Amino acid sequence: MSHGQDFSRRDFIKISSLFLAGSAAMSTQIGRTFNGSGDALAATGEERVVHSICEHCFWRCGIAAHVRDGKIYKITGSEHHPLSNGRLCPRGTGGIGQIYDPDRLAHPLIRERKGGTTTYRKASWDEAITLTAEKLYQIKEKYGPEAIAMMHHGYGYTFFKQMFHAFGVNKFAKPSYDFCCGPRHQGYILTYGHSAGTPEGIDIQNSRYVIFFGTHYGENMHNTAVQEIAEGIRRGLKIVVFDPRFSTLAGKAEKWLPIKAGTDIAMMQALMHVLISENLYDKEFVEENTVGFNELWDEVREMTPEKAATITDIPADDIRDIARNFARYAPAAAVHPGRRTQWYADGTQRVRAIAILNALVGNYKMPGGVVKYQKYNIAKPDAHPHPHFEKEIWSKYPLFTDIKPENTIASHEIIQQTLQDEIKAWFVYGVNVPETVTMGRKTAIEAMNKVEFLVAVDTLPMEVTGYADVVLPECTYLERYDDLDAGRPYRTPFVALRQPVVEPMFDSKPGNEIARMMAEKLDLHGVFPDSVETYLDNRLKKEGSSLEEVKKTGVLLGKPTDLYRKPGEKLKFKTPSGKIELASSKMKDAGFDAVPKYVAQDEAPNGYYRILTGRKPMLTFGRTANNRFLGDLPTAKENEIWVNPDIASQHRLEHGEYVHLKNQAGVVSEFPIKVKVTERIRKDAVYMVHGFGHYFKKLNHAYARGASHNELISKSEIDTTVGAVGFQNNFVTFIKEA
Amino acid sequence: MAKQKNYGMVIDTRVCVGCSACVYACKSENSVPDGYCRDWVIQETNGTFPKLRMENRSERCQHCANAPCVTYCPTGASHYAEDGTVQINRSRCTGCKACIAACPYDARYVHPKGFVDKCSLCKHRTEQGLETACVSVCPTKSLNLVDLNEHEGTAQQMMNGKEVYRQKEHAGTNPSLYWISASNKPGA
Repeated sequence: MSHGQDFSRRDFIKISSLFLAGSAAMSTQIGRTFNGSGDALAATGEERVVHSICEHCFWRCGIAAHVRDGKIYKITGSEHHPLSNGRLCPRGTGGIGQIYDPDRLAHPLIRERKGGTTTYRKASWDEAITLTAEKLYQIKEKYGPEAIAMMHHGYGYTFFKQMFHAFGVNKFAKPSYDFCCGPRHQGYILTYGHSAGTPEGIDIQNSRYVIFFGTHYGENMHNTAVQEIAEGIRRGLKIVVFDPRFSTLAGKAEKWLPIKAGTDIAMMQALMHVLISENLYDKEFVEENTVGFNELWDEVREMTPEKAATITDIPADDIRDIARNFARYAPAAAVHPGRRTQWYADGTQRVRAIAILNALVGNYKMPGGVVKYQKYNIAKPDAHPHPHFEKEIWSKYPLFTDIKPENTIASHEIIQQTLQDEIKAWFVYGVNVPETVTMGRKTAIEAMNKVEFLVAVDTLPMEVTGYADVVLPECTYLERYDDLDAGRPYRTPFVALRQPVVEPMFDSKPGNEIARMMAEKLDLHGVFPDSVETYLDNRLKKEGSSLEEVKKTGVLLGKPTDLYRKPGEKLKFKTPSGKIELASSKMKDAGFDAVPKYVAQDEAPNGYYRILTGRKPMLTFGRTANNRFLGDLPTAKENEIWVNPDIASQHRLEHGEYVHLKNQAGVVSEFPIKVKVTERIRKDAVYMVHGFGHYFKKLNHAYARGASHNELISKSEIDTTVGAVGFQNNFVTFIKEA
Repeated sequence: MAKQKNYGMVIDTRVCVGCSACVYACKSENSVPDGYCRDWVIQETNGTFPKLRMENRSERCQHCANAPCVTYCPTGASHYAEDGTVQINRSRCTGCKACIAACPYDARYVHPKGFVDKCSLCKHRTEQGLETACVSVCPTKSLNLVDLNEHEGTAQQMMNGKEVYRQKEHAGTNPSLYWISASNKPGA
């Protein structure tokens, strides 16, 4: 075999364009969508509509894919699905740019070394699966199942998880746990005993006053969230935004407070201080339903608005006004939990502080406050027996989630365990590791160079596929079934179906088939029923429906959630005390602060600026980076570095010029980035959208557009409570083009 | 006989987040070629730090009642349709660009096939009783298709008590697009 120990990886290898979809042999199958030769007015072909679910972000809205002459020509929002209500965000409409991407991976590929050079060669599925199974088997025999890890992103991973379970492997990580969902999920669970939810449990359309801390609401285009806040605005919702940047949401706010980055917890403590010291909090609710009030007061007693003003750069009077208004509009008022919550090492405590603010005003299960949606209680699929796992959770962090089955370890721990020789094989599903993992680009590449065997399943030749030993081309979400989407609570609980709209293109295959082939090759028979249709049908029949029935609308709906508290209703919370924990016993038991404390962050070196990051509404990072349909708009073509006019003039930067960025560790961006001189940002920070500046030339559209944010992360800080990673203590300055 | 339609739009900029779903929906519905669009989104910020104001708007052809493009079209390709919209008859269009020069809203472009193209207010959809592609996709319901001939209609209800404007009214175009200003107080 060509993968002996002498095989010195792992210089990134170019995938010859011969194996990609855009090669000459394939070009007849693609391209029509982009040249506009089809004409809606002139077309005569039969049209059919397939209801499925989107995969451009985790919101997974219902979509209606419109097919004419065998091609998907447009995607609209499904009117049946409660998360889309017939409407859709720009990325959802952009599925045609993904399925008909001329750069798509078309065939399985195997890395090969011949005469000193390493290349990829086209392989048959059987060959690629055999090699994968053989190597994984050998590694498991030699080093144990803990030497194999799966990193995944996207809803198609579930079949691989089932396959790995049967194989005895349960080391799984979703990188978004590290900087987004981990702290948010755990922070809420530690306080309320349940998650903040996706969609988040804030009854925003009935709310009168909502406070946001640095979210990209609107810019992140979570369809239903945006629908609800728009409805709220029409009904008179007042919005308050704390953010160093004048975000789109700040543009909707009654008040924008340009808070100094990294001081949110001080601000939250000051708001608590006012609520308590001015007796504005809901005493009855707090006495009946919370524990730890005295500990909380001891912690926030010193954080007067005057003290917070010196820390946060927000006047004390504004802090008082906001706390008073929050109490005045409560219980139809809330502080929003936000998303991408891990900025420094204190993300979990920051989310806890948000949860505590809500608890103090007694808005739980009240119209316009914090609500708990129900999920559709669908029976779990029959689990195939698996060998005993040495551990259920592999993370070393004491408060790492134990109820999110997609994560048993943080992805940065996979990087570290690889660098320490503990992990030998990676199975990477839809994660472009160098641009995604929060330890920064350099560390990710070191780990990829070290790992003994790497399999990548993807639809596009992402940078990670250039480090893989085997590349398995999955078809896109528009060409396959996935497992039922049934885990999420919402106003109307639902089960949603992803189903193929058209047949898989090229030699790509659905994840469910790839996982089945691997299971068979590993001698794990009976892990999957005879077909994915049977599997789905069995699950739906238990609910009194069937695959045939659900295929029509793409959803199965439950009864709307009973959202609000009844008068006199006793509340129960799944926390150790059965109450909302203002002071968390689990935090305390694990040796952490029971009540969120403010910790000062690093200050920028002279001439450097804190680098903030966010989103463009039409893009979802790597998922859409190469999407020509979405990338066609001038606003989508590249990212920009936002610079305050005074700072621009100090550095003699002109609006629209290109500069390189250099961080505090001396790392210079590979590609230049366009300067946006704007009043919309503080003087001590700059801002850029993540997901640009791709290094990989085979991503013909994405290559060298804008600058990479991930490459500028040289300092990561671990939140040792839940194992999340913050990276906002990184700073950049500008290098003008010669 | 049913009363004649006079289509226009009421665009609520208070709720628009500038996501551009309208632009993509239009592009796929109407097979708008790469590099062109029939509608577009403006994010306008005014003021100085920290006193800033923002308005997000989805813009397109204003389907003027007194449309300079129709006046200046030498071949009659640009014309008023019976539903109050301005349409282009492609077979009559020579691509001379007189309309492009005349339009105060910069709403038109030359299609690579040689004719001038712009928003049709999805006439092929409204004829079937459907809303335009942009209106039907809009997650915030910022975009609303209205019949301006409906006197006690939804258009008036939406605009009542709010600061509403039309663009470049001084040009005498009598545009059919009405904008609810982002400067309205919440719940106005």
